[in-house]
Amino acid sequence: MKAAVVVFPGSNCDEDCFHALRDVAGAEVRYFWHKEKNLPKCDLLVLPGGFSYGDYLRTGAIARFAPAMEAVARHAREGRPVIGICNGFQILLEAGLLPGAMLRNQSLSFICDHVFLRTETAKSPFTNRLEKGRVLGLPIAHGEGNYFCSPDTLRRLQDEDRIAFRYSSTDGRLGDEFNPNGSVDHIAGILNEGRNVLGLMPHPERAGESVLGSEDGKKIWESLMA
Amino acid sequence: MGKFDGVTPEAVAGHGLTEEEYQRILSLLGREPNFTELGIFSVMWSEHCSYKNSRKILKRLPTEGEGILVKAGEENAGALDIGDGLALVFKIESHNHPSAVEPFQGAATGVGGILRDIFTMGARPVLLMDSLRFGPLESAESRRHFKGVVAGIAHYGNCMGVPTVGGEVYFDEAYEGNPLVNALCLGIVRKGEMALAKASGVGNKVYYVGSATGRDGLGGASFASRELTEESEEDRPAVQVGDPFMEKLLLEACLELAKTDALVAMQDMGAAGLTCSTCETAARGNTGIAIDVAKVPRRETGMIPYEVMLSESQERMLVIAKKGKEKIVEDIFAKWDLHAVPIGEVDSGHLMKVYDEGKLVAEISAKALADEAPLYTREEERPAYLDETGKLDLGKIPVPENFTDTLKRLLDEPSIASKEWVWRQYDHMVRTDTVFLPGHDAALIRIKGTRKAIAVSTDSNGLYCYLDPYEGGKIAVAEAARNVAVTGARPLGLTNCLNFGNPMKPDIFWQFHQCVQGMSEAARRFKTPVTGGNVSFYNESPRGAIYPTPTIGMVGILDDLENRIPSFFQKEGDLIFLLGDTRNEIGGSAYLALIHGLKQGLPPRCDLEKEAGLHSFFQEAAPARILRSAHDLSEGGLAVALAECSFGGKKIGARISNVELMNGRIRLDALLFGETQSRVLISGDPKHKEAVIRLAQDYGISIYQIGRVGGRRLVIEDLIELEVDEALTIWKNAIPRRLGGQGV
Repeated sequence: MKAAVVVFPGSNCDEDCFHALRDVAGAEVRYFWHKEKNLPKCDLLVLPGGFSYGDYLRTGAIARFAPAMEAVARHAREGRPVIGICNGFQILLEAGLLPGAMLRNQSLSFICDHVFLRTETAKSPFTNRLEKGRVLGLPIAHGEGNYFCSPDTLRRLQDEDRIAFRYSSTDGRLGDEFNPNGSVDHIAGILNEGRNVLGLMPHPERAGESVLGSEDGKKIWESLMA
Repeated sequence: MGKFDGVTPEAVAGHGLTEEEYQRILSLLGREPNFTELGIFSVMWSEHCSYKNSRKILKRLPTEGEGILVKAGEENAGALDIGDGLALVFKIESHNHPSAVEPFQGAATGVGGILRDIFTMGARPVLLMDSLRFGPLESAESRRHFKGVVAGIAHYGNCMGVPTVGGEVYFDEAYEGNPLVNALCLGIVRKGEMALAKASGVGNKVYYVGSATGRDGLGGASFASRELTEESEEDRPAVQVGDPFMEKLLLEACLELAKTDALVAMQDMGAAGLTCSTCETAARGNTGIAIDVAKVPRRETGMIPYEVMLSESQERMLVIAKKGKEKIVEDIFAKWDLHAVPIGEVDSGHLMKVYDEGKLVAEISAKALADEAPLYTREEERPAYLDETGKLDLGKIPVPENFTDTLKRLLDEPSIASKEWVWRQYDHMVRTDTVFLPGHDAALIRIKGTRKAIAVSTDSNGLYCYLDPYEGGKIAVAEAARNVAVTGARPLGLTNCLNFGNPMKPDIFWQFHQCVQGMSEAARRFKTPVTGGNVSFYNESPRGAIYPTPTIGMVGILDDLENRIPSFFQKEGDLIFLLGDTRNEIGGSAYLALIHGLKQGLPPRCDLEKEAGLHSFFQEAAPARILRSAHDLSEGGLAVALAECSFGGKKIGARISNVELMNGRIRLDALLFGETQSRVLISGDPKHKEAVIRLAQDYGISIYQIGRVGGRRLVIEDLIELEVDEALTIWKNAIPRRLGGQGV
């Protein structure tokens, strides 16, 4: 698999994604600088976490105007996988590649922790090596991960099986006490209509090695390489 | 003109210079300084920049040792060789005064400043830690300080993508109104790629890079060199405003530059801004330097040279480029959309010359500014309070009737309780190297591409230092080294942040001197040289001076990550041992302060030989893989340590049944809650029992097999019995409930 990690000014999980893809998943990886326009053909595009353009104005609000985003949109239109993690998810929302918006965490403070997610669908290039209901342990680290959308959009996401992950207990139960940020319907990650764009608040790249406490994140890379 | 009129005696005094210092300036210059020069002298000769009151004492600290690549004071931070062609660059620094006045920005820019000290040396920052002190959470002011400081640290560190992996937080009346914010940063650099801050090559261009200059932080170094008063709020303009996004760009650009051959020298503009970076780079390189302030990018209009030279605007660096390679420098900063403006050049001679549109506005010997501040030996006198605090009649201290209640109260004490509310706001996992989560005795991060890991701990017990500064200083070093050693790592060196009151007061200076002496002795014994740090005096509010608080940041290396020893219980059925003897010591303990309301007595005595033996024990036990956990005993003693061993890992209980083994003829409260030094609670598989005991005996360490890991309860004979879940709830909620129920 050939992957590219987009680097915006202020991205800070770009090296982590590069490491996870190359050293953990065994993919061929390159960086894609935000000022570049021409993306060499690749199988996977990663929008990493961080604080693109300082996240001034609103998270992801400035990054959507980066020259590189045209190539991201093109790549997505062509049906190839794009994964936006944390700030990457926020950018995908701002760019209109995924529906909805991010609010500040309900606690109004930044939260870094290990949480659990329940896989809601195996029908996507990101989850085909997982089964529905499978619980993953992944870290989160964000101040604005409180996903929000209109009731209509939510219904569509539910009806079209586009909720990829929900926050849950270790044994897959849902409840406010397992939802770290107050997101609607406990959403942790969603898919676009074409099912080739995934936005995800938790960090799979931080959970690929046992020394880091969890290897569950590998499942997503394995799905993509399958 | 008002404020910027000529140099009057009032102006001299207003700049914090004494008559004697002014005379020295006159003789160094051979004339009267103009107003700009007066400002330049005042910041460079402030305590913050010159260490004029502390330098003579600091000379006692050991700075030589195996693997030292950059010694204390030579560069922006010290550096240690760790093999594999790599060096560690690390330092701790205070941002106490700014945080008292504006907690969020004060703490944020403290983090920004320490990060720059590390990447200015070409090192990639890989971890941050913070040692914090506040007044009790019962006070609204302390809550405001605490919340603001934590949010500020999170704001800056998280955005930078450098994990904040640990630290410490204490609450005590002594810090009310004068919180301590000490930030530590550690970076890694390939040995050949280290960047220095030494000017050379006459005619080489001097570049100003990074953010534009404003009036923020004007005179911050001088502000930090005074006591806090009721009027300090008015000094708010002396606090800088941070922009971590700008710093992230600056970091990436500077590290890219450090890998090229275009760089001669690089220094960040921290305290005393442009003034300090120009004269220090020149002084280190024995050269002159000439700059024109008219060329400095600005964010405010109408700034006079005095203001440009003294501004402490953040996220700025001085870069000296090799002749003919200027384009490389300019291209890198253009790529990151940052200013890179040539403002001058390295000059022959030894003068720092400052021009304003070609007109000379200041001309001073660079060395006079950087190295020739007057050095003082201040008067010292043993404080009178020690006569009172030293008295502790154990016979008058009742032993509690219910030890379970005592333990619960200690677990509810914010200084002892879980700091999850704090570290959950810090991104502690970014960079994917964090092996030990916050809460462990030491932070542990791996070095990708090697088998090695770095262990770091920050420690200081202000109350110990207040009651006995010499012993307190010793213990600060010993405990920091112990926290590193129990992970299996070898302590290599330390950085320190010395927080004290006003050095002009003889009793404060005595505390300072005694603390440094204690620290020196311990650092020498452990062969852990001091690689740098900072001194923060004048930590006094209208309520008085803080406790003497020498914060130690100890750095160690674990040769094989797989040999690491976690702090907490891992497996049911493992045996529990206590290493080290327990003495009848409750003076200065958290137990005595909380339960009996006494901050009295002498703190425990630390035997450096025993302590060193303990460190050696772990260096052998780790590769032998005979231990499953190891946790240092500190505030709250054995009972609190046992509870922490249960909380931190898999939440398994423990039963302690051989208390009489350790209990010679000491009081039960000393046994359970005393803070005798050089003790560690370890657990291991029963099959390694003989090996563990033998190894302890080899190092002359007393070892007591006291119990077993398992169950859902914490039981210490018939003295303490408590559900793990109940204890955990108390411990976790202690801080959130005092902040008005904001859960973790």
